[in-house]
Order: sequence, then structure tokens, then C-alpha cells
Amino acid sequence: MSDHESTYVPKTAFERWMDSRLPIIRFGADYMSLPTPRNLNYWWTFGGILMLCLGIQIVTGILLAMHYVPNTEMAFESVERIMRDVNGGWLIRYVHANGASMFFIAAYIHMLRGLYYGSYKAPREMIWIVGCLIFFLLIGTAFLGYVLPWGQMSFHGAVVITNLIGSIPVVGGPILTWLQGGPAIDNATLNRFFSLHYLLPFLIAGCVVLHLWALHHAGQNNPVGILIPKERQAKDTLPFHPYYTVKDGFAVILFLLLFSYFVFFNPNALGHADNFIPANPLVTPAHIVPEWYLLPFYAILRAIPDKFGGVVAMFGSIGILFVLPWLDRSRIRSMRYRPIMKVLFVLFVVNGFILGWCGAELPDAHVIGNFSTFTVYDGDLNSFLWLGRFATLYYFAFFLVMPFVALKEKPLPVPSSISEPVLAPEAAIEKKG
Amino acid sequence: MTRPVAKAPRMAVKAAFVAAVAALGLTAASPALAAGEAKHPRSGNFSFEGPFGTFDQGQLQRGYKVYREVCAACHGMDLLSFRNLAEEGGPFWDPHESNPNNNRFVRALAAEFEIADIDSETGEAVLRPGTPADSFPNPYPNATAAAAANGGAFPPDLSVMAKARHDGANYIYSLLSGYEEAPEGLRIASGQYYNPYMAGDMTPFWDGDPDHVPYGGFIAMPNPLRAGQVTYDDGTEATVDQMSRDVSAFIAWASDPRAVERKRTGLAVMIYLLLFAGLTYASYRRIWRGVAH
Repeated sequence: MSDHESTYVPKTAFERWMDSRLPIIRFGADYMSLPTPRNLNYWWTFGGILMLCLGIQIVTGILLAMHYVPNTEMAFESVERIMRDVNGGWLIRYVHANGASMFFIAAYIHMLRGLYYGSYKAPREMIWIVGCLIFFLLIGTAFLGYVLPWGQMSFHGAVVITNLIGSIPVVGGPILTWLQGGPAIDNATLNRFFSLHYLLPFLIAGCVVLHLWALHHAGQNNPVGILIPKERQAKDTLPFHPYYTVKDGFAVILFLLLFSYFVFFNPNALGHADNFIPANPLVTPAHIVPEWYLLPFYAILRAIPDKFGGVVAMFGSIGILFVLPWLDRSRIRSMRYRPIMKVLFVLFVVNGFILGWCGAELPDAHVIGNFSTFTVYDGDLNSFLWLGRFATLYYFAFFLVMPFVALKEKPLPVPSSISEPVLAPEAAIEKKG
Repeated sequence: MTRPVAKAPRMAVKAAFVAAVAALGLTAASPALAAGEAKHPRSGNFSFEGPFGTFDQGQLQRGYKVYREVCAACHGMDLLSFRNLAEEGGPFWDPHESNPNNNRFVRALAAEFEIADIDSETGEAVLRPGTPADSFPNPYPNATAAAAANGGAFPPDLSVMAKARHDGANYIYSLLSGYEEAPEGLRIASGQYYNPYMAGDMTPFWDGDPDHVPYGGFIAMPNPLRAGQVTYDDGTEATVDQMSRDVSAFIAWASDPRAVERKRTGLAVMIYLLLFAGLTYASYRRIWRGVAH
């Protein structure tokens, strides 16, 4: 699709003038006419939704930065002032705060879609890798942003997470001091976190450009997961506009309805009440938890009895995504045609929710009922600690068994073109049977 | 090793007993975490609940009176200014007076306070009557003084209290109206009070049945309300339940004074988005008509 021929014809004198100097109008026009697989389903709309999320976060963030005061004495109050005294401030702030959650909902669905349909496989490895990098930056940005209101969870969450960095042997200590800007989390930390929170979204935006560049070079994947041969392009693709602008547009509006529900009717549902208590280093909350979107990783962190080991596992859980294209040896992209992988995938999604649940609960608390079974190593088997460990094991096993699954699995027959199941679904079924 | 052999069986029994107690302790310790819970708040059936709920102005005015006459003796509300009381949706909002600083009720309420200031001519410290622009005066000069005056427990600021607790308004209402006699067998330190809605874990202080650890926790605030403590101007009977409910509504408003504006905007946004979604879906069907996919 990279060799998609430009069909743009400059019409006015100005367009012709521009076209021979900075062909940006041609670039936009080509983008709009990009041949896109005709069978993309609604799971493919989340890329556009994520673009919108990034835009919303950047715009609302810039507005918030005009009123926010990055000072430990004033940060909490300034956030409240934004919601009370700045015109429309409550809207800007709640959109930004809930926007982070919405961003993660969309990012998780987008990534799982890529995982299910094998969008990480050749020739699209770089799209996936840049995407993983974006996800990693997104986590960093969200964490930094959560610290800024300087509530109890902000402060103590920052203590827990920065201490993890401190557990890295040799370099951990100096990095921790550098990160905190001193011996403890204080004003210097808040200032640099604010600065970095402002910086990272622009790095994300830069990565998004690379992500899209790679996408339009390699071409979009599709639910069938086969490459579209050149001679079938006319049959199997549609121009991006208007077909996908309208489809993405509809999905975006549905997403905004969900977004609006939270912003307008339940703006604090996704946050923690403790973060409306101003930060107090001397009082530690009974139960420090990250925001919901980081809970699975928090569970992985706590699953390992050793602190540094936990840090390795947590970063490893994101790191393993980067090498996914080389772990999955199957030639079939879409899990539609991979009976074993499909089951493992569904379990992986369920497992993700279990990990999130474990991250939200106290490790010692019982999972089922209110009774103890027997102690294994350092905790009762009927505890979130052990459930979290089993879930962590499955998380990694899912990726690590991929090379073996590829050897064992008998894939279902894959249609030879994407229009085959689209135009004649009966024929495709016949072939399968 | 040096012990007489004859004692060995008894030692073994004792060891087994200790182990059993320890095991029991472990099993007991785990339910204790579950038992260390506060009672689920009762619903205050507030008018501002739900997507269309609005504040009851009369209730907010009564709530302010309870705050002013009872709570404000110990609790500050640093984020509030008197002018806020007269802003749209606030307790003393007057639709005929758009400028909150000119609101006659709020001017009078602010003037009840003496505010420390610096004389703009001489630079000397002076006390002057409050104006709507002043923030609520804090009962204590600083947090240390507040803690010292209250047996070491600093009375928390109430500006955002309804957001700072789960199920805020119902929680405050339940806590204030939920004080009860501590159950027999609960050891309470001096300067502490029992409240079933307070967060905490009573297991270490409980001498009774370990399977029935009481709900709740200790609170340093004695039961602040008694019937008839406040004389309501609208003739409402000042029961403890009524006062708790009213002041909870006031704190809920103070914590999120833009809530009604927010919900109203949200309704318009939702209607707009639904119409837009319908239109876009119709366009989608039309554009894709006859296109196999």
C-alpha cells in the first residue's frame, strides 16, 4: 500500500505553487484516498479514537498548566481552584482526569486487537514496537500526571514507585536521587514531574507520527490477516475517505458518549477518594493503590517476593511485548484461524482482569469466602497474593508458549483473499468444513 | 535440652498448644482484615443524587447554619469564600443579584466575622469585618495549634470532604447520626470515641467473640450533635438526623459547587452526541450501501 499512487491533482494556482514546494496538501489528500482493507471491523476504530484522546489530553493539559501551580504548598489548592473559580475549569479538569482513563481503555482495546489479529507480524513489526513504546510512554505520563494534584495517593504512590527504582542494584540509588531531585519526594520532585508530564505527551505525539508512517508503509492489517496482493487491491480495498472516516467517526461519537458519562455524571468514579486529601508525608494511607489502568502491573510487581525481582517482572511484562513479533512463529496472523491461540487469547484477556482485581485488593485478603486454606511459601493459598502469582505466571506463559503453539497448532483454512469471506461467506465456510 | 526428660510430653503438648494458638491466630488474623470494616453508610436520600439531582437551597442554608454553629468551632473550610455562598446554585444564591459580592445575606454573614488584615495606610495589623471576598476564617492559627487543642488529632478541613471519602455525603450523614454506645468488650482509649461508620479495625481492641468484631473505628471527635442544638430559621425541627443530613448536603455542595452546572451541561452534551451518533450512523449506512464488507 506504500506504493499507493497519488491521485491528487492540484486545482488552483496556490495548490500548484505549494505542490512544487511543500507538497503537504498532496500528503493530506493521499492520506484520505489511502486504499484500506474493506473488511475492517469496529475494533479497528480505536486507532482514531486514540488520536482523539491524545489531542484532548494535550489541549486540556495545556489549559490546566495555565492555572496549575507546581508547588507542594499550593498544588492541591490550585487544582481545586481550577474546578471552582476558573471559567469552565471543572470541565477542563474532569476531561483531563477522566481522559487518562479513557486513553487507557482505548489503548488496551487497540493493543488486544493487534494481538488477536496478529498485527505485529511481518511486515508490521515496527508498527507494533513503536506502539509498545507509545504505551510505555503513556504509562509514564499517566503516573507523572497523577502525582501533580498532590493528594495522598499522588504522594504515596510516587513514594512507592520511585522506591522501586531505588531497588535497582548499583545505579538505583543515584537514579532515585536524580528522579526525586533530593533525598525524598518533595517540591523538587513535583517540579520535575510537572516538567516531564508536559514533555512526554509530545514524545508520544512524535512516536505516533512514526507509528502512522510505519502503518502506511506496511499497510493495514485486516481481520482475515492476509496481505492484499497488488492485483486484488482494487477489489479488496476502499479509499479511507469517506468509508472509514464515517465508520471511525461513528465509533468516536459512541466513545465520546462513554467519556461524557464519566465527565459529567460520575467524574470521580475512576479515581480514589484519598486523592482529595492533601498530601501528608507523615500519614500513609491504609491501602495505597494505583489508578485502575495500572493495577495489573501493580499485581505483577507484588507477585514477586523480592522487591527488585518485582521491578524486573513489572518492566518485563511490558518489555516482553517488544519481542512478541519474534515469539510468535506462526505464519497465520489472525487468531480467527488459530484454534489454540484463540482460546489462550481469551484466557489472556480474562487473566488481565484477574490481575487488575489482584492489584486492587490487599495481598493477604482472601479470594473466596473468609477462610484460610494452607500456607504456601509466604502466604495463604486462598489469597490475592497467590492468585496474583498464578495470573502473573499465565501472563508470561501466554507469550512464552507461543513458539511451541505455532509448532503444534493446526490452523483452520485461511481464505485466499479478504473479499472471499466478504463476498461469499458460504463458500468460505464450505472450504473450512 | 537440659530439661528433665519427664517434662518432654508436657512440652510437646505445650508446643502443640502454642502452635495451635498460633495457627488460630493466623486464621483469626486473616478474617480480622475482613472484619476491620466500617459499616456501609446509610443513604441520606439526597436531592442531589443521580444525573438530574439538584441541591435543595433550603437544605443548604440549614446545612450552612449547622456548619457555622457546630462544625466551624473546630473544622476549617479553607477553600470556601463567603462569595461562594451566593454563587449560582449556592445556599444564598439570589437570582436577582448576579454579583455574589452584593448579595445582602452573604454580606451580613461575612460581617459576623472579624478578619485579621493589614491596614493599607499604616501597615499595622488590624481586625476588620469580613466581606464576601474573604475566605472562611479557620478556627485555629495553624495545624499544630489545631492538633494541640484537640488531643493531638487535627480536625480535618471540610472543603472537599464529600469527595475525600467514598460515598461522601452518605458517609458524612451516617457518621454524624450514627454515634452509638460502644459494644461491651471494646476497649476505648481516653479521647477516643466509637463510631461504626468510621474506618478502622477493632480486632486489637476487642475482647469479645473474635468472629464478631464490631464494625467501625475510633474517632477523636465526640458526638457533635444533639437534638435542638441549632435553631432553624425555617422552623424545621432540628433532630440529629435532620442536622446531619443538612450539613452533609452543605458539605457535598461545598466539595463540588459546580455539580449541578456539570450535570446540566452533561445532559445537553449527551443529547447532542446521541443526535450526532444517529446522523453519523445514517451517513455510514448510506455511504456503505451496496459495498460488501
